[in-house]
Amino acid sequence: MRAIRRREFLSGAALAAGSVLFTSRIAFAGSGTRPRFVFIILRGALDGLTAVPPYADPNYARLRGEVAVAAPGAAGGALKLDGLFGLHPSLVFLNESFAARELVVFHAVASPYRERSHFDGQDVLENGCARAHAVQTGWINRALATLPPDHSARRGELGIALGQNVPLVMRGTAPVASWSPSHLAALDEDTLQRITDLYSTDPILSQRLADALATQSVADASQEEAMTGAAAQDSPAQLLARREQPKARGAAPYKEIIHATAGFLRSDDGPRVAVFDALGWDTHANEGGAQGQLAARLAGLDAGLRLLKEDLGPVWRDTVVMIATEFGRTAAVNGTRGTDHGTAAAAFLLGGAVHGGRVIADWPGLSERALYQGRDLAPTLNLHSIMKGVLADHLAVPARALDTAVFPDSAAAKPVPGLLRA
Amino acid sequence: MVAPALDAAIAANRFGLGARPGELARIGGDARGWLAAQLAGGAPRLQGGELKGSADILSQAVQLRRERHDARATGAAQNADVAAVMKIAQLYRPIYVNETNARIGEALTTERPLLERLTYFWSNHFAVSVDKVAVSGLAGSFEREAIRPHVLGNFTDLLLASTRHPAMLLYLDNQISAGPNSQLAQRAARHASERRFGINENLAREILELHTLGVAGGYTQADVTSFAKVISGWSIGANRGALAGGSPGQFVFRPEMHEPGAQIVLAKRYAEGGMEQGLAVLRDLAQRPATAQFIATKLTRHFIADEPPPQAVERLARAFHDSNGDLPTVYRALLGLRECWTQALAKFKTPCEYIISSLRGLQIAENFADQARASFALLGQRIYAPGSPAGWPDRSADWDGSSAVMKRIEWADALGQKMGAHRDAAQLAPEWLGAGMSAATHTSIARAASGSQALTLLLSAPEFMRR
Repeated sequence: MRAIRRREFLSGAALAAGSVLFTSRIAFAGSGTRPRFVFIILRGALDGLTAVPPYADPNYARLRGEVAVAAPGAAGGALKLDGLFGLHPSLVFLNESFAARELVVFHAVASPYRERSHFDGQDVLENGCARAHAVQTGWINRALATLPPDHSARRGELGIALGQNVPLVMRGTAPVASWSPSHLAALDEDTLQRITDLYSTDPILSQRLADALATQSVADASQEEAMTGAAAQDSPAQLLARREQPKARGAAPYKEIIHATAGFLRSDDGPRVAVFDALGWDTHANEGGAQGQLAARLAGLDAGLRLLKEDLGPVWRDTVVMIATEFGRTAAVNGTRGTDHGTAAAAFLLGGAVHGGRVIADWPGLSERALYQGRDLAPTLNLHSIMKGVLADHLAVPARALDTAVFPDSAAAKPVPGLLRA
Repeated sequence: MVAPALDAAIAANRFGLGARPGELARIGGDARGWLAAQLAGGAPRLQGGELKGSADILSQAVQLRRERHDARATGAAQNADVAAVMKIAQLYRPIYVNETNARIGEALTTERPLLERLTYFWSNHFAVSVDKVAVSGLAGSFEREAIRPHVLGNFTDLLLASTRHPAMLLYLDNQISAGPNSQLAQRAARHASERRFGINENLAREILELHTLGVAGGYTQADVTSFAKVISGWSIGANRGALAGGSPGQFVFRPEMHEPGAQIVLAKRYAEGGMEQGLAVLRDLAQRPATAQFIATKLTRHFIADEPPPQAVERLARAFHDSNGDLPTVYRALLGLRECWTQALAKFKTPCEYIISSLRGLQIAENFADQARASFALLGQRIYAPGSPAGWPDRSADWDGSSAVMKRIEWADALGQKMGAHRDAAQLAPEWLGAGMSAATHTSIARAASGSQALTLLLSAPEFMRR
């Protein structure tokens, strides 16, 4: 179905070149046909070897010792993906999604960045270039800028950052919004009007204020919809039962952000692309294995993702969620039962639109000789290739733009094909 | 040529914490003199009867950990763990409150606001974060013990003090880093001990990347690893357990954890010398041209513009290098830069700067610390809680997102409504903004429908959002 839609879009664009209204209506009209994309940045460098343990690699247990995640079947063992890889036992929802063919797991992936600074690594993860600080804009924003104007999106904002400020990946010329929960009272109309007037000669502040007001109206509308929609029709007992479902437990750190994300993406005239951060992956000491510090973080993330699927409802089938981190961690445990900054890591593609149930990894192995600089999992797949695959097939970003404007000088990094359901 | 009256507004806002009523008049025509005089006194200490030293605080925390350890030994482990974590939080929470109260109180009343700004700058440069529970009781004492005494001193001393402070050692995990060939590691291996010891390179890497050379400063992974070995054994004293030794809660060098032998860092060989080996590396790092360049860039970005003018950076780097890191010399060079006095309002205030300047301008100091502290969290800059060892970011784009701007306006409105009956915005506006006030802001305040609305408009004015 999706392929047909894409063909329609392409032929529509060809037939009606110049008729922006026409193409955008065909491609995106109606809530069921607008693709949604969520990018979650795991800041701090996720340990891919714990999140997605290569349990059958002969060197894995040697390198990880007491914190190695055991093979599937053992107590606290990995959740089996295939004969080599498993998921960390905390990633219960991701495991269900894999079985439902809604999850692709990538391993041994990295951006082009090859040093070990978090901040430069995150810069490259977000700027879509070969090196840090190459540009002041992000690849998602540049991708949005290539899309035809979407007349169903209010004020033309296709992207939203969940947070007070916009992270680099979303910065650029395409208009984007940011949103974070406010516990302050809204201003009265008169004061707001006067501030708007006061900002009229200040291009930055007037733009920010207009963006905030537009976002607020989408947020209000989606809240209203939630109040009058199915949720409000539940009996108190049903509501209580839903709240007490054990699966929602542990999502607390992301709950508010995820409710908001889903609200925006569900909205017919809201943004189509959302970005937010998940923090706390920098496990230098006492990282733990099947249980412990990192296990708790993974459980929180997993519960948050489950919540996202629940909240998105029917829109889930049009959704792709990409989860990536700036780099991986050392293959061996360090002297303080943690791991230091490394190179290749794992990444995830999740959602109803994903052609999942697959592990995509050209596994380099963990033997001493195979390790990058003798210490890190070696990268065999460029993160840019995954991003390109998603942008091309899901958001219909033109191939030429992907190789130039979106990921400058990146023709060598071919898009990974077939990541979406046909 | 810029009018002197604008100089006063620039001094109070770009280099200060916003003008209190009467401040611009006191600065008068001698903005540079007003700032230079602030550099002349002693270090910017923070007083407060309730403030405890870090050694004291850590000793109490160690005691609580021991109770957990003992409880584990007698079973009922999980409940005891939870109880112990709760106890640490209970110990640290009032300490955090007292520390932030004292810090806010000083900011709202100080006559030397430049020194508070410099303290914040260095505290953010050598960032620790209360996001890590182990640090949450120590961030305030870290600033008072490691940063403030050296704000008017030498960069080398500042680097040594911050690196050896327990808060930094804990934040970046160095207190348990042991050389693979250290006595402790060897002993553990001989006895087939369950506990393994080895290097943790977190602190070493961040010193190179964030505290001295900068990420482009020319070091390699091999330098990080060697430097981590050099500072293995830089730890915290305790009076019991496997790592007994040293004064409880204070920096201690543990020879038994230190990697023996010479190390090569940045192509220079450092002979074995116990703690001296690490001190020698740190002293050399402080003197390297890359460090001067990195510090000069950060100072220029903080005080002048997001994209620092290269010639301004060059001047500061030279002042830093030629004076061997004498910080007052660097500050005087900064204050002498033409760019400081010509490009007004180039920076969007951080939430911290915005809140403090609002409260200073309104002369709210008494009994307001709790609300002020809550305001920091609300506007996205909880005190002592940067998200990473890089500290809070320092470009406008990091702070002026649409949601952040809206929240700031809502906060301004709440404050306007609270204080509107007690303060006259029309009178305050020239006291805050001086010659920097725009005609539009003047008119908007004059035409406001009420006193509280007038105050909201002043607090929301573009020239008050920036510095």
